[in-house]
Amino acid sequence: MIEFDELPIKAPLPETASTLLQLDNLKTYYPIRKGLLARTKGYVKAVDGVSLDIREGETLGLVGESGCGKSTIGRTILRLEESTGGAIRYRGENITSYPIAKMRPLRTEMQMIFQDPFSSLNPWMRVKDILKEPMLAHGKATNATAEAEVDRLLDAVGIPRSYKDRFAHEFSGGQRQRIGIARALSLNPKFIVCDEPVSALDVSIQAQVLNLLKELQKELGLTYLFIAHGLGAVKYISTRIAVMYLGKVVEIGTRDEIFRSPKHPYTRVLLNAYPVPNPHLRGREKIVVQGDVPSPANPPSGCRFHTRCPFVQERCRVEEPMLAAEGSGGHAAACHFAL
Amino acid sequence: MLTYIARRLLIFIPVLLGITIINFIIVNMAPGNPVDMYIDPNMSPEIAEAKKEALGLNDPLIVQYGKWLGTLLTGDLGYSMSSYAPVAQLVGERIMPTVTLGLASLILALLIAVPLGILSALKQNTKIDYLVTGLSFIGTSIPNFFLGLALIYIFAVNLGVLPTGGMQQLGGDGGLQDRIMHLILPTIVLATGIAGRKVRYVRASMLEVLKQDYLRTARSKGVHEFWVTNKHALRNALLPIITVVGMEIPLLLGGAIITEQIFQWPGIGQLTLQSMMSRDYPTIMALNLIAAIAVLGSNLLTDILYSAADPRIKVS
Amino acid sequence: MNDLLEVDGIETVFRTERGEVTSVDGVSFRLKAGETLGIVGESGCGKSVTSLSIMRLLGKNGSIRKGEIRLNGRSITGLAESAMRRIRGSEVSMIFQDPMTSLNPVYTIGSQLTESIALHLKLKGKEARKHAVDMLRKVGISRPEEIMNEYPHKLSGGMRQRVMIAIALSCKPKLLIADEPTTALDVTIQAQILDLMKKLREETGTAIMLITHDLGVVAEMADRVIVMYAGQVVEEADVFTLFDKPLHPYTIGLMGSIPHLDADDEEALSSIPGTVPPLQNMPPGCRFHTRCPLANEKCAAERPPLMELAPGHQVRCWAAQSDIGSAAPYAALNLETRGATT
Repeated sequence: MIEFDELPIKAPLPETASTLLQLDNLKTYYPIRKGLLARTKGYVKAVDGVSLDIREGETLGLVGESGCGKSTIGRTILRLEESTGGAIRYRGENITSYPIAKMRPLRTEMQMIFQDPFSSLNPWMRVKDILKEPMLAHGKATNATAEAEVDRLLDAVGIPRSYKDRFAHEFSGGQRQRIGIARALSLNPKFIVCDEPVSALDVSIQAQVLNLLKELQKELGLTYLFIAHGLGAVKYISTRIAVMYLGKVVEIGTRDEIFRSPKHPYTRVLLNAYPVPNPHLRGREKIVVQGDVPSPANPPSGCRFHTRCPFVQERCRVEEPMLAAEGSGGHAAACHFAL
Repeated sequence: MLTYIARRLLIFIPVLLGITIINFIIVNMAPGNPVDMYIDPNMSPEIAEAKKEALGLNDPLIVQYGKWLGTLLTGDLGYSMSSYAPVAQLVGERIMPTVTLGLASLILALLIAVPLGILSALKQNTKIDYLVTGLSFIGTSIPNFFLGLALIYIFAVNLGVLPTGGMQQLGGDGGLQDRIMHLILPTIVLATGIAGRKVRYVRASMLEVLKQDYLRTARSKGVHEFWVTNKHALRNALLPIITVVGMEIPLLLGGAIITEQIFQWPGIGQLTLQSMMSRDYPTIMALNLIAAIAVLGSNLLTDILYSAADPRIKVS
Repeated sequence: MNDLLEVDGIETVFRTERGEVTSVDGVSFRLKAGETLGIVGESGCGKSVTSLSIMRLLGKNGSIRKGEIRLNGRSITGLAESAMRRIRGSEVSMIFQDPMTSLNPVYTIGSQLTESIALHLKLKGKEARKHAVDMLRKVGISRPEEIMNEYPHKLSGGMRQRVMIAIALSCKPKLLIADEPTTALDVTIQAQILDLMKKLREETGTAIMLITHDLGVVAEMADRVIVMYAGQVVEEADVFTLFDKPLHPYTIGLMGSIPHLDADDEEALSSIPGTVPPLQNMPPGCRFHTRCPLANEKCAAERPPLMELAPGHQVRCWAAQSDIGSAAPYAALNLETRGATT
């Protein structure tokens, strides 16, 4: 077992680290159908022009409130949703419209860990069969070799080997999430989309799973896209962080940049709204934004955050701000009046 | 809402066309034909052949279907090949008795099934629950002809309190009371099966609703348990019942065939059986068409009712 | 002068297919008028069952087997169901975790709001409606008249939780039990709801029992905190003492498990190894000893009582008791930091 003190996650990886996955103006729309002939009358713009680089070996945290499109991005990358526009490049190759046959070998490299450990595992399958299934399906192992692989995977995620004949429903939430991680690892992936992997777990169990994910990343050289609404988990695990609001990335930067010097008002609001586990800070100045997130079917004009922004100006209502990087550091905010 | 209904009605057209084509083929695949059924052993084959030719039975199927469809589009269902009466008139006479019987059975079935289903859910895993579930099982599995004959034996033959069949006293005045007396037994027979099936739906639906958070909210407000059940839970539990009741309407037509036969109820079911026996193609086709319309219509009605009852559902 | 709420050694049990299960085991605490008490713990620790025991909404299979609950000095444990109904929604009311499922989907907001107003305040028709509209306005809902006629599905999660708060406060309760009131909400909406609760608490003087797993929410809201583990209270202190100087190893573990936004590079979170033991199969001695880095033979054998180790600071831990006087308490408490369970 590795001691965690030995594995500092290096803050920003050097710029030279090669880009593993690149999103170029990615759009995922869901049509709204209405009327006599069910014609498309509009779109829910779940993801509306997102460009991101995910570098090899890093963890890119993706945060935002429900409905901001963060989960849709993860699902679109894995082609669980079809994109409406833009490109997804994996190791430089545009995989956006790969046919199923060509996508198949890539599926072993790109895996997903789901939020709900209770519904994402078939309760009537034995643990070893859950882990074997992807290996056999992709011809990565034979029945004979798969058994040894199962042991290796269970060791890696800290589930005793003796449990492999048990059914998924016999495990607690944290253990199931470990099994879900083991399943994702079974094909030796390079890239894992972690879609709110700890949100459904108890606090003390969250810490176990986050630590495990970090440890595995170090051991196996994994790259993560870590999607979450909880800032704590994102801060703990991420190298860089992208903040989303209504289908757009509003700010991107290294973990320290986002947490120490946020530029976008929405990022500041998010950080500020998070209840701090320190009663001495309860009197602190707080920015509480009013109202709800507008509907992604009909986003506001100009800057999408302008309806709730405490610093809104006239320009924000009409002109959409672009995500502009300052210098070469890559810290960028889509705000006319970035702080 | 109106656009929605219009769109659904528009979809009816190709569906009905498809159904009638399939029916036409199946009906014609059945051995025999109307002329053979009524053939007089003394009739010469030449005359029979001429008769067939005159009725158009020797035309290719596609031509026959075309002719049928053509007359249908003028609003004419054609003439019966066995009684020579207009099909529209034949069917028209039979439709009200079937609708009366169907509605009466459906209402009776719901009056039995809803309270029993709720009771069963509230008393889950108690003796009452087992009793109700057991009864519903019996109700579902008892054949209509058997229950019908048993009821006739008991109430008409032995006790003599109810008539054995028909819709009114022969030579009687056909007054309301008389008709109701005749309606009782067939209604009970049909309702038994429906109620048996519905009890389990109501029970399952109620059990699902009883787990919902909003009932805990109602209790935490100090609402009496009676109202928690009969106001907050019941309305939610009945929503899915609308769908299953809607599905029952076309089944009533089918279920009525046997029951109408047993009680000599002069409805669609009886007519169906008679026209099948005599290979009366135009009548069979008309009845099929009505059945198809009943299915599609009750589906549409179900969806409309559902959206009216559940504020969350907006048809579009 | 009695406290508003006195919970005295209650034991709540549930009948299950596999026998009787004790969910709450000897929980005692007091709540003064206007005070906010935070109850913290992870799923299955009994914090929600404790609150449902006070409301006596335990369902068919649950019952309070032992202990007493007093409201304003009057014992309510033995009250008839009809008397309990008069308390629910009027003297004590409750809001729940998931605003999406807590309102009845087939009745309007107005009808659900006026229901308890009619029941407890005996207001009818226009008067009840007027009071309901006032309540909606009070919880920060704009266009309250229109919202009265809306169905819940038209409202966002934050709006629904506001409606729930309006319902709960409509009959001026002395005590509001809030069971994870912001857990299902987004961060910015959570901040709005917490703000609203603080504002209304000042205006109405309602005492709040705030049940949550989120230490941030507790730090933000509570005057005093109870930490529960496996059906028992393991620590109780005022909120500052609890966060500054937690004494129970479980509390310390919980605090170590949350990533802090203001801390620099946290390389590893301290996590509590293992999982909560099942209620049917509690270990002897201290219930936490199987996961506790400080556990010794005494912990495995003897059940520690809740001990007052400093004024107002109660802890259920043998190690805390023996260490309290020493200069470096918990030197040994180098909590587990590895990812895997053992």
